[in-house]
Amino acid sequence: MNSPGQLALRNIRFSYESAAWSLEIPALAFGAEPLCGIVGPNGSGKSTLLKLAAGLLAPGEGAAELAGRSVARMRRADLARRLGYLPQECPALFDYAVEQVVAMGRHAHGGTLDLPDAADRDAVARALADVGLEALRQRPLSHLSGGERRRAWLASALAQEPEILLLDEPTQALDLHQAAAVMEILARRAANGLRVVAVMHDLNLAGLFCDRLVLIQSGKIAADGPPAEILTENRLLAAYGDKIEVLRRPETPNPIVLARK
Amino acid sequence: MTQNRPFLAFLAVFTVFLAVFPWIGAEKLSFRQVFGFVVGDWTADGMIFFQIRLPRVLLGLLAGGALAMAGAALQVIFRNPLAEPWTLGIAGGASLGAFLARVCPFLWFALGPLNTSQALALLGAAGALGLVLSLARRSAAGAQTLLLAGVTLGVVCGGAIMVISGFISPWKLAEFHRWLLGGLDAADWASVGALAALAVPGVALLLVQARNLNPLGLGEDMAAGQGVDVARVRRWTAVGAGLASAGVAAVAGPIGFVGLLAPHAVRKIVGPDARLVLPCSFLFGGALLAACDALGRWAAAPLEVPVGALTAVLGGPLFLALLARRR
Repeated sequence: MNSPGQLALRNIRFSYESAAWSLEIPALAFGAEPLCGIVGPNGSGKSTLLKLAAGLLAPGEGAAELAGRSVARMRRADLARRLGYLPQECPALFDYAVEQVVAMGRHAHGGTLDLPDAADRDAVARALADVGLEALRQRPLSHLSGGERRRAWLASALAQEPEILLLDEPTQALDLHQAAAVMEILARRAANGLRVVAVMHDLNLAGLFCDRLVLIQSGKIAADGPPAEILTENRLLAAYGDKIEVLRRPETPNPIVLARK
Repeated sequence: MTQNRPFLAFLAVFTVFLAVFPWIGAEKLSFRQVFGFVVGDWTADGMIFFQIRLPRVLLGLLAGGALAMAGAALQVIFRNPLAEPWTLGIAGGASLGAFLARVCPFLWFALGPLNTSQALALLGAAGALGLVLSLARRSAAGAQTLLLAGVTLGVVCGGAIMVISGFISPWKLAEFHRWLLGGLDAADWASVGALAALAVPGVALLLVQARNLNPLGLGEDMAAGQGVDVARVRRWTAVGAGLASAGVAAVAGPIGFVGLLAPHAVRKIVGPDARLVLPCSFLFGGALLAACDALGRWAAAPLEVPVGALTAVLGGPLFLALLARRR
């Protein structure tokens, strides 16, 4: 894997026709921290921010740049070798086998008529091993649990071997154990050089695994820094409203966020 | 190698059909006379074999193959298992073009090897495709809108044919109905050339896109994240499928079910990998159409059942059986 370049959003302004707010990001850069979480209430613009960073949405103003190059002007295949993106859902049109899904992650590494080579096969095998789906490699997606399916999609993104990987809620709809397992997989890859940027709803998981959190509120960056500085009662009450409680315990460095009646 | 086995099996069937079907028809042919024609002896059997039956079988193989491959690709870019060449509105446009050529004798021109009817069918198909694509581009629409636009256009063209039908004589209508049923009975080498001129570039374009179609099977965002230029792939796939199916519509009329049935049947056998599904669909679709045409020539000889009607009558129940077996 190459050394990670910086992914920067500059003077971004974007709005949906139906939205009451517009996303405004004067400056935001990813790539310095191994694992960065984007948190914030539903509808605050987290997924939109991620899509703008991935070049899937064109901003009204400003630009996303990877190592100084405009993401919008890069060929998608060139971009995908350096910047990966995993959406919240990957609705499968046909009943692909796990290995086929993971091998699709190698798309950007081959030409139109190329067949998978040794590097592709190694990357697929590594990704399958990382997510623990080696034994299920031939199994169709329809025969997998929700957690296994999500790990198959993750393996596809890992097999892509980008420098920076953007993930939209990678732990969505997973139980605590599966969610922690997914975050551990990402943390292991991050320790080996991958830079991960993940939109997250579980603030405890985000606090536990991320090196940096960006708190988005109504399309603006409300806070940006280490988890301990972001997950404070004042900030979270301001962003999420009063149904939240933040506990601090001496035995854990990160605060614990709970819902309150 | 294991992955290539189904492809080789489809190729074998395709080749056997190409070798066998020219011998089937109302007139029994003598091997000796047919091979005599090859070495320069003029024989009636040789003429029937090389000037009538061989181009007809080739036309069936190529038309069925083009329709099936186009269907396989369209189902992915529309993300809809019901998508097939005719849902782009091409059949409607082509039918309207051919209809106008037949009811307006003053409309006469030729386009390369195409006669007026073929040329207008092609122009109608190209116009429909251009309109659907431009609608889709203008509204930055997704796959569903493209599909709806295609279906709507087909209905509008069908309606226009019905309206014009009210003003023309019954014997002209009867002649046109034969074309509307879809058939290979007017096949000659010029028809094969006319079809190949459009279908071969279309099929080549689709084959080039096959690798890009796989990530699209997991959604457009996932495909884009994996490096697929989704808009570009969708555009070139539509053009490839449009060329292939316009070629068929212009020469053989509307032939239903092959573009729908063949890709689904092939996926049951080879799985969903588009790199395998597209070429296998070509071989299976071609073999299926050629087989239906041979059956249509043999079953009611010396009369013929139009292949378009036969594919619908036989293909429909087969497709329902496939659906019933689906777990």
